[in-house]
Amino acid sequence: MPDALTLNKITAQRGISIGEATRRIADLGWTPSYVQQAMTFPTDYKIKKSPRDPMKQVLRSYFPMQEEKDNRVYGALDAALRGDMFRNVEPRWVEWMKLFLAIIPFPEISAARSMAMVGRLAPGEELRTGFAMQMIDEFRHSTIQMNLKKWYMENYIDPAGFDITEAAFGRCYATTIGRQFAEGFLTGDAITAANVYLQVVAETAFTNTLFVAMPSEAARNGDYALPTVFLSVQSDESRHIGNGHSLLMSLINDPDNHLLLERDLRYAFWQNHAIVDAAVGTIVEYGSTNRDKNKESYVELWHRWIYEDYYRTYMLPLEKYGIKIHHDDVGAAWDRMVKKNYVHKTAQFFSVGWPVNFWRIEAQTERDFEWFEHKYPGWYAEFGNYWKWYGKLSTPGEKNILFNTDTGYVYPHRCWSCMVPCLIREDFVCDEVDGQIYTYCSEICRWTHKTAFAAEYEGRPTPAMGRFSGRREWETCYDGWDLADAIKDLGFVRSDGETLVPQPHLIFDDNKMWKLSHVRGDTLASPLQAFRKLSPEDREKATAEYRKGFTINPCN
Amino acid sequence: MSASQEAVPVKSGATGAAQFAGSDSRHYNYFDPKGRKATHYEDMTVDVQPDPKRYLLQDWIINFADGTPTYYEGWTKAKSSDWHKFRAIDQEWERTHYQRQSTIEGMVANVIENGRRSGAPKRFDKAWVKVLQDHLGAYKHAEFGLGTATMQAQRYGYTQMVNNAILTNSSYKLRFAQDLTLYLGEIGLDIAGFDLDAGKKHWLEDPVWQGTRQAVETIMGASDYLEQYFAINVIFEPLVAELFRSGFVMQMAAAQNDYMSPSVVSAAEGDYERNLANTVELFSILTQDQNHGEHNRKLLVQWAGTYGKLAIDAANQLQPMWSQPRVKIAQFNEAFDLAKNRLRAIAAEIGFDARTVLGA
Repeated sequence: MPDALTLNKITAQRGISIGEATRRIADLGWTPSYVQQAMTFPTDYKIKKSPRDPMKQVLRSYFPMQEEKDNRVYGALDAALRGDMFRNVEPRWVEWMKLFLAIIPFPEISAARSMAMVGRLAPGEELRTGFAMQMIDEFRHSTIQMNLKKWYMENYIDPAGFDITEAAFGRCYATTIGRQFAEGFLTGDAITAANVYLQVVAETAFTNTLFVAMPSEAARNGDYALPTVFLSVQSDESRHIGNGHSLLMSLINDPDNHLLLERDLRYAFWQNHAIVDAAVGTIVEYGSTNRDKNKESYVELWHRWIYEDYYRTYMLPLEKYGIKIHHDDVGAAWDRMVKKNYVHKTAQFFSVGWPVNFWRIEAQTERDFEWFEHKYPGWYAEFGNYWKWYGKLSTPGEKNILFNTDTGYVYPHRCWSCMVPCLIREDFVCDEVDGQIYTYCSEICRWTHKTAFAAEYEGRPTPAMGRFSGRREWETCYDGWDLADAIKDLGFVRSDGETLVPQPHLIFDDNKMWKLSHVRGDTLASPLQAFRKLSPEDREKATAEYRKGFTINPCN
Repeated sequence: MSASQEAVPVKSGATGAAQFAGSDSRHYNYFDPKGRKATHYEDMTVDVQPDPKRYLLQDWIINFADGTPTYYEGWTKAKSSDWHKFRAIDQEWERTHYQRQSTIEGMVANVIENGRRSGAPKRFDKAWVKVLQDHLGAYKHAEFGLGTATMQAQRYGYTQMVNNAILTNSSYKLRFAQDLTLYLGEIGLDIAGFDLDAGKKHWLEDPVWQGTRQAVETIMGASDYLEQYFAINVIFEPLVAELFRSGFVMQMAAAQNDYMSPSVVSAAEGDYERNLANTVELFSILTQDQNHGEHNRKLLVQWAGTYGKLAIDAANQLQPMWSQPRVKIAQFNEAFDLAKNRLRAIAAEIGFDARTVLGA
């Protein structure tokens, strides 16, 4: 047989081209004449131009491609068990997966649901296959992540917290931000939610920190399952980014849309920053035991993925279409990360609140201090004493850190917009909306609630825009409750009915684990409810006091 | 710079490395499985979409402008005492879904590739080629319409189980619409004069297809997601879609020298069996609901009346098609009787009266 002869050459036959296949498939749609479809998920945008499909993929090649990707993922999970991954994994890391993997499957499936919204709104049929594939991808992501979580639960030393995962997701104060993220994909103006918030910002910018930066840190902590699953997930995101950009391009040529696009890019960028950087920044920096000074810190990764990759190469070029880009917001987000210690303050808050978590957080130690000081000069002066207090108060019998006034920590207000607490004290603001007082972490979050999520924007009616609702301040739900009763109500108690699911350490020994009796006697309170009861003058004083911040007392 | 408590070194992060409270809690414990033990599908699916009636402590935190929350029970006229009771019979989660869809795509691609290599399309009876070109070409649009309707519907269900079952239904429909499109495109390469635009023209203009198009557009235009799911799987599929796929294409094709089309079309019958099983399970839960069973049975009868009339009109309009193949081995009346019997059986299984559609 000649060298050049291959099986492909023997069996190949003429087929239809990819271009012809996608053209034929795009021609499956038609304009109904008997019954018109109701626009059940409205938008204030005008979409006159049909979006183009940049990927030109059909389901005949999509399904086998995805099956092959799955085979690699599940094969790697099997190999990880055969290689005894859990013998060497860092429990500090896996504990944070109880939080992360409780949050992420709902945003994923919410993205699947939101494809219904853009699928119907977008004129023409060319991008329909792209939206359909994204819908099925998101179904993949949601269930593959539930599978990974189950796998951790079955094989990791401490399954408590994984076992209650979706119940915990609905109840925990920390998962609230994930619910804000997910509902943001689904509810309100369909284009604001599904295109700008989800595709243009969350998927194009922040999945890089979620699904690329975080898996790298997992691998450094002996967890090579998370990278296997999440890099496979991320490989789908490029198609979603393409869908989002294509739909954006069909909106952007109509100047009538520019005002709304400016509003939505601003809201979406800021809220994605506030939510994703709080959660992922904390997990990457504080869930790791790897303190290699040559590795990139979270803010260095952020600069690469968000600033260089997204802001400079994706957001800035939108200006040529006449869209106002809020460069100052990108700068403000960067300053919050670098100068105002946003991630470190979030980690501090998550650890202060450990009794109402459903995962373990251990104290940072000398090795960690060295690394943080190297990467974030000045870190030790601001946070060193705190983590020493945290370690000191991690033994059952000590007054738990949430109520221990010796530390000097002041429990924060909650931001009504992004749901992350108002951790950068000097930026704290409050305002009145529809006759009620609300608190915010920043001026942009105040603007988001009061100005963006409203029936009118800069004189233009926006009847499709959503509204913030529900009991958004978690602390309101347990205002006046004994801490132990609240933990029981949350369901964060282990199977013996006494031992807490969360622990402020990684000691796997009943005698050293906190029980309900250790936390009984302290009363939870809602900062917002108390704040609302103040007179306007007292509220002003309290605001000024809050903005001064606090100092952690020395821990000897 | 050191914590007061000495850390006990952890030698292993693996299962069983230590025994302590909760160390053996290795099952998701926040829902009641349908059977004695939770299936893998249940673990992947249940409670991922939260509910204020279960664990959603703070309620939905974004509303639509009119106050409707992110998920709302009132998005269907059907009522349930417990929307969380439903489990999809086909137990699909991502891995099983991709395995099945990929297997089907492989099967379809092999049939087409090997059939073409053997020159099969050139041996199709000429009258049959026109049937494929005009009518199978038209029918692919019906499948696409139902795929887009279910893609829309999967946004509205009150639980993850309901929405994922509708999502996989959509995935199957859209795949099949594309399968038919590519199949016709590929055999068209081997058949001189094969007109790939004829299908859409017939779908839009041929009187034979207007009843079907009207039924599909009515389903697409419905704003009640369960009405859409019911209309598709309980009414349209048996009375029109199966009638065309099984009662016409799959029965007639072999006698016209065509062994390829039945193989391609058979995939949709397999899809439907799964979608139907899920649908029957969901609607039988609703008709047997202790508090709302009567309301739901009346509602299904009403829906069946509306869509049944459209589907029967559509089916009757398809009748001339049975005369078009040169070798006539199947009769419309027999095929339609089978379709009606199929609907009677489905209605009996779900527990609603199908006489409003089919008569006594």
